[in-house]
Amino acid sequence: MEPFTRVTGPAFSLDEDNIDTDVIYPARFLTITAREGLGAYAFADRKLDLGGAPVLVAGANFGCGSSREQAVWALLGAGVRCVIAPGFGEIFASNCLRNGVLPVVLDRETVEGLHRSAQAGNVFTVDLHGCTVQAGEAAPVGFAIPEPQRQALLNGWDETASILARDGEAIEAFEARQRQTQPWLWR
Amino acid sequence: MGGTLYDKLWDAHIVRPGENGEDLLYIDRQLVHEVSSPQAFRALGEAGRGLRRPETHLAVADHAVPTRGRDGAPTDPVAAAQVAELEANARDFGVRYHALTGEGHGIVHVIGPEQGFTLPGITLVCGDSHTTTHGAFGALAFGIGASECGTVMASQCLVQKRAKTMRVELVGTLPGWVSAKDVALALIARIGADGARGFAVEYAGPAIAAMDMAGRMTLCNMTIEAGSRIGLVAPDDVTFAYLEGRPGTPKGVDWDKAVRHWKGLASDSDAEFDRIETLDVSALDPHVTWGTSPDQGAPVGEHVPDPALAATGERDRIVRALAYMGLEPGMKLFEIAIDRVFIGSCTNSRIEDLRIAARVATGRTVSPGVRAMVVPGSAATRAQAEAEGLADIFRAAGFEWRDAGCSMCVAMNDDRLAPGERCASTSNRNFEGRQGQGGRTHLMSPASAAAAAITGHIADVRTLMGQG
Ligand code: SF4
Repeated sequence: MEPFTRVTGPAFSLDEDNIDTDVIYPARFLTITAREGLGAYAFADRKLDLGGAPVLVAGANFGCGSSREQAVWALLGAGVRCVIAPGFGEIFASNCLRNGVLPVVLDRETVEGLHRSAQAGNVFTVDLHGCTVQAGEAAPVGFAIPEPQRQALLNGWDETASILARDGEAIEAFEARQRQTQPWLWR
Repeated sequence: MGGTLYDKLWDAHIVRPGENGEDLLYIDRQLVHEVSSPQAFRALGEAGRGLRRPETHLAVADHAVPTRGRDGAPTDPVAAAQVAELEANARDFGVRYHALTGEGHGIVHVIGPEQGFTLPGITLVCGDSHTTTHGAFGALAFGIGASECGTVMASQCLVQKRAKTMRVELVGTLPGWVSAKDVALALIARIGADGARGFAVEYAGPAIAAMDMAGRMTLCNMTIEAGSRIGLVAPDDVTFAYLEGRPGTPKGVDWDKAVRHWKGLASDSDAEFDRIETLDVSALDPHVTWGTSPDQGAPVGEHVPDPALAATGERDRIVRALAYMGLEPGMKLFEIAIDRVFIGSCTNSRIEDLRIAARVATGRTVSPGVRAMVVPGSAATRAQAEAEGLADIFRAAGFEWRDAGCSMCVAMNDDRLAPGERCASTSNRNFEGRQGQGGRTHLMSPASAAAAAITGHIADVRTLMGQG
C-alpha cells in the first residue's frame, strides 16, 4: 500500500454521527469486483462531492455497519487519505490501516473545532511523523496511534507479507500444538 | 481469578504475543462470499501465493444471487460475473464451494452452523460484519475486511487487538411472542449504536440458558449493531444437541473429546468483566425501529419521538431520521402503514423464525396493497419449511416464497424497495438506502413482521393473536 507520511490540503466536513458504510458506499455497487475506480460512488446517494479533499472530518462512529472495504477504496478513490472523527466503526478503521488511509481519533470537542475550521476553508496538514493535525493558523493538535500501526502506515507495509516473512515458525509451532489439543480440527 | 470465555478463546489462539494487546492470532476457519473475496483471491494470485489450508475455508455466493429462477445465473451481468468469479476462485484455489442449486446453499451465517462448519472453541472469520452470529456457539468469530481475508487465506493468521469484556445478563423469562430480536433491539436502543464498541459481549443468564440456538444466533448477529465485533454465548447442552450429527462436526471418540474440551470454555464463576449490563426480559414488549440506525427503536406501543423534547445532542439525529423515514414526530408506531414485508436475512431466516411467522400467517391473508415475501436463510431451511407445511401456509396467506439468499436485507439483487417504499423487515439494518435507494426500513421480529403483513401497518402481534 502507499505509505502515509504527511498530507496537506482542504478538509471536507461531514458533521453527522453514525455515518454507516452503506451511506459511504451504497450496496448496489458492491457487485463491482475492482478496488480501483470506486471514487465516483463515494456518498453516491447523499450526492456529496468531496472536491478532492485529502482530509475528511467526520462524526462519531464513522464507518459503522458493514465490513465492506469498498467504503475505504471509494474514499481513497475520491482522494481521501485521512479521516478524523471522535470514533470509528472498528472494521472500517482496520480497513483504513490496510489501505494507507489514516484514521485519527480525537475528542468530540476538538473534532467540533476542526469541523468549523474545515467549513471555513482552512488548509489542513496531517503529519504522521509527529502525530499532529494542523488546521489553518491554529496550534497543531496531537493524536495517538499504536506504534505498530504507525510504522506500517509510514512504511506502506503489507500485513500478509510481514506475517509470512516473520512468523512462519511460530505458526508451525502453533499448528503442531493444536493438532495435539484439538485433533478434531485437523481431520 | 478465573477467565472469561472471551479470554480463554483469545489466549488459546495466540501465535505470537504483540505490543498493546495486539496479538497475532491463529484463524481456524474462514467463510468466503462473493463480495469480500474477489480482491483477496486476486491479491493472492498476483503474489503467486496459495491458501495455507484451503480445507479450512468454505465458499458460497449469497449476497448478489437471485431468489427466483435459481437455475439461471443472476440476470444482472455484473452480479453474474461476481458469482462466476467466486466459483472459479474456489475451483482454482481448492476451496469447498456450495453451488447456488445445491443443498448446502444459503447465507454464510446460516449455513456455517447448519453444516457444522461453525464449532465451539474455534476462531472463525468472514469478510462480513455479521460474523458475530457464530459467537452463539462459543466461537471467537468476527467480521474482517477484504484485505484481511487475503491475509487469512495466505497465513491462517491475523493481528488483532484484544477487546474489553462486557457481560450482558438476561434475567427473567421471555413473554409469549417476544423474541431474541426484541431483546437485541431493546438492548441496542439502551446502549446505543456504538455502545459496545471495543467490547466483546458475552450473553448469559437464565434467559440465555432457556434460549434455542436460533435465538442465540439472532442476539449475537445483532451485536455488531451495538458497535461490537464479538457476541458470545458459552457452549452448553443446547449447543451440543444442535451440533451433534451435522456434516462437519467431530464424530465418535472425537465428539466426546471435543465436548469435554468445549465444556471448559465457559467463563469461570469468578471471572471479571470490564462492564456488566443487566436486562430483565420478563416485561419486555415487542420492539420496532422508527429511525435510520438500529438504536432508534422503541416498544411497539410507543410513539415516534418528538425532537423538540429530545436532548440537544440527539435532536439533529432524530430530525434527520424522521425526514428520511417520512414520519411525523409523536405519531403512534401503530399508525405507520407499510408497503412491503421482508422475512429473511442472517438475523431471522432460520426454521424457528419461519415457524413463528407461519403461526401468525395461518388462516390469515396479507393485507391488500402489501407485498410480502419470505426468504429462507438456506436451501436446507427452505426444504424443511416445505416439509413442515410452512411454505403452503405462507403461499396461502399471500406471501411470496423464495429461494435462499441475502435478498432484501442488502438489496444487491433485484429484491429491493422503490424510493419511498416502507418495509417491515426482520433484517438487521435500517440504514438509509439499505433495502434499496430511498427505501424505508422498520426492523422487527419475524412475529411482528408477519403481523404487519396481515394488518398492513406496524402492529402488536399479541393483539392480533388475541393475547397480552
Ligand atoms: S443477510 Fe444481510 S446482514 Fe446477513 S450476510 Fe446477508 S447481507 Fe449481510
